Amino acid sequence: MSSALAFDAIRLPPECDRLREEVRAFLAEEITAGSYDPQEPGNDHGFSPAFSRKVGAKGWIGMTWPKRYGGHERSFLERYVVTEEFRVANAPVRLHFVADRQSGPVLLKYADERIKQDVLPRICRGEVCFAIGMSEPGSGSDLFAASTRASKSKGGWLINGTKVWTSNAHHADYLIGLFRTAPASKDNRRHGLTQFLVDMKTPGITINPIYQMTGQHDFNEVVFQDAFMPDDHVLGEVDGAWKQATSELAYERSGPERFLETFYVLQELVRVLGANPDVRGAEGLGRLVAQVHALRRMSVSVAGMLHAGKEPVVEAAIVKDVGTIWEQALPHRARELAAFIEEGASNRASFEEQLRFATLIAPKLTIQGGTTEILRGIIARGLGLR
Amino acid sequence: MESTSLIAETASRLLSHHCDPQTLNRSAGEAWQGPVWAALEAAGLPLAWVPEQLGGAGVSLEDGFALLSLAGRYAVSLPLAETLLAGWLLARGEISPPPGMLTCAPTRRGDKLRLAREGTLSGQLRAVPFAKVAKHLAVLAEREDGKGDAIALIELAKARVADGRSIAGEALNWVSLEAVRPIVARDAPEGVAAESLLAMGAAARAMQMSGALAAVLDIAVAYANERVAFERPIAKFQAVQHNLARLAGEAAAAMAAAGSAANAIASVGAAPLGRAPLAGRNFDDALLLEVAAAKIRVGEAAGVGAGIAHQVLGAIGFTREHVLHRFTQRLWAWRDDFDNESVWAVRLGTLIAARGSEALWPLLASR
Repeated sequence: MSSALAFDAIRLPPECDRLREEVRAFLAEEITAGSYDPQEPGNDHGFSPAFSRKVGAKGWIGMTWPKRYGGHERSFLERYVVTEEFRVANAPVRLHFVADRQSGPVLLKYADERIKQDVLPRICRGEVCFAIGMSEPGSGSDLFAASTRASKSKGGWLINGTKVWTSNAHHADYLIGLFRTAPASKDNRRHGLTQFLVDMKTPGITINPIYQMTGQHDFNEVVFQDAFMPDDHVLGEVDGAWKQATSELAYERSGPERFLETFYVLQELVRVLGANPDVRGAEGLGRLVAQVHALRRMSVSVAGMLHAGKEPVVEAAIVKDVGTIWEQALPHRARELAAFIEEGASNRASFEEQLRFATLIAPKLTIQGGTTEILRGIIARGLGLR
Repeated sequence: MESTSLIAETASRLLSHHCDPQTLNRSAGEAWQGPVWAALEAAGLPLAWVPEQLGGAGVSLEDGFALLSLAGRYAVSLPLAETLLAGWLLARGEISPPPGMLTCAPTRRGDKLRLAREGTLSGQLRAVPFAKVAKHLAVLAEREDGKGDAIALIELAKARVADGRSIAGEALNWVSLEAVRPIVARDAPEGVAAESLLAMGAAARAMQMSGALAAVLDIAVAYANERVAFERPIAKFQAVQHNLARLAGEAAAAMAAAGSAANAIASVGAAPLGRAPLAGRNFDDALLLEVAAAKIRVGEAAGVGAGIAHQVLGAIGFTREHVLHRFTQRLWAWRDDFDNESVWAVRLGTLIAARGSEALWPLLASR
């Protein structure tokens, strides 16, 4: 029931202000030094080993993890600040972002101790890239239909099958994959899947690029042919991955990257409208700013609840649903609002270039990491409708 | 924001006892209003924001806003918010409010009252809620001698109050003052100007609306679980589930935006949008962002949310018998009070454009 929905007015604590200044100074320095161009959200610089190592040296990867694994034992809210500042500055975090947000926490919870000591400190130093192996040709949103098999063999498992839409697989050192170790049981169709840590250098793994409609290469097809995984690379319970999948999702769904993906379009729109927009431009801009402010307040509120040890699963799904729809609509709205700007507007060319890029990537925003339809199903369940 | 403070508990008890929407919906006429108002007054709720030494309950801004969200949940059709705001304004001028229903003005950007040198007030006020019902009006006026603003208390019997009703059927009146002598007029303190009342009013309406949206969501969810069609509850249909999930998203955005604005005002205390003493953080612009964003986003949520709820409830939701309209009509009406989404959006967009592109993210991140 809605009476149970909570979005308290949570503010980031003062230590976040100091950290934010530090992050901004670092990014300004990097931009000045030419290590990346913030005006090019669409370039291939999203993947930068040198940049990720510097971020690691700053202590901004694995911020919330225990120090004994290379982490920094800082708060989830501090991590939030780093994430949003990097996102808004279009910083090239592709190498470490997935490991920091998702894979590391999974390893912390379920990996063998020796693996944790080996891999986690390298993630924190910005040295290793992770991919997520969930979707398959016959299973996308319906994760539990996965059919890539892991068959028991001496001292480990042999993997056979194909994963698709695997972002970063061509860069990745590791992949966390979901494989079928037993058939689904009659009373539980989610039974029989197991999570594995996959070393991408393992013989028997082939990576084939799948080019996107933007012309970029992000997706891949990952084919496993008798790829051997040692027993200690099993993450958590054999056949019981379904119990492990859900708890991390609130973190993954409610972050600032779920509504700021096309934020550069709004910044360019302000520039192109100029200091004195007409009433139509001003109203359109005012509404967009009000909407993104409300989203950020929702997202910070969920971050605060997570920080306080609560599990705002429905609230997090709502942030992603409303946030991704908003960031997807933003380039289209900006296009309308800019229809009457002067030909001579100084940043017209860069506005149009960024608008084109954002328009092209917009369709994926409501698909990746849980589609709109899946999210609304989760919200509906939370409301007591199913 | 619904804290478990004493005032919230009292209000919750009183509203559930006296303002059950189902019961009020069946009551003919407005005879119920007198006794209910008396009960609210006896509990000190209407003058919650007036300090004790001026005859009020001396409740914090934060608790007062929580009370307004609760009032929205019951779609209370009494000038509770208006009296709270009038009390708040009068207290800024050290004026002790009279008992009874109050209202306040101006409620629209651009409306101006002038306080002449000889001490009388003149001007036109558009759309003052409950002016026909309330006895007294609290106003902000510009002093003709150029010495800033004044806060004044007026007996509404001395003004010309036009007939008029809001889309929710509540009194909503154009008021014209021609050389009306106020009961009392005092200088407004530093930092309280016409924009302060608009901001307080907008935040108050946003809280009422977020409460009403939460109630609308509850009503729609409960109905979807009860109503059977095609041999199952309509809640089991994915199309209905997805509509209700969208409604939850709108209610959530409204809660977050309204709660944030109320919290922002409460944290600067009594002088919103004035020269608030928070040096170095550019609080005036930040507070404007909070209030404008709340009124804009909550107004948008009201439009979308009410539409979805009506779609889910079908024909029964369109009847006078069902309570849904008590909420949806008020949501539509409240969008326009203390300036609508469009007016606030122009104000906010103008500010953002003037500050420039580089200043946008720092402003958003400062909240």
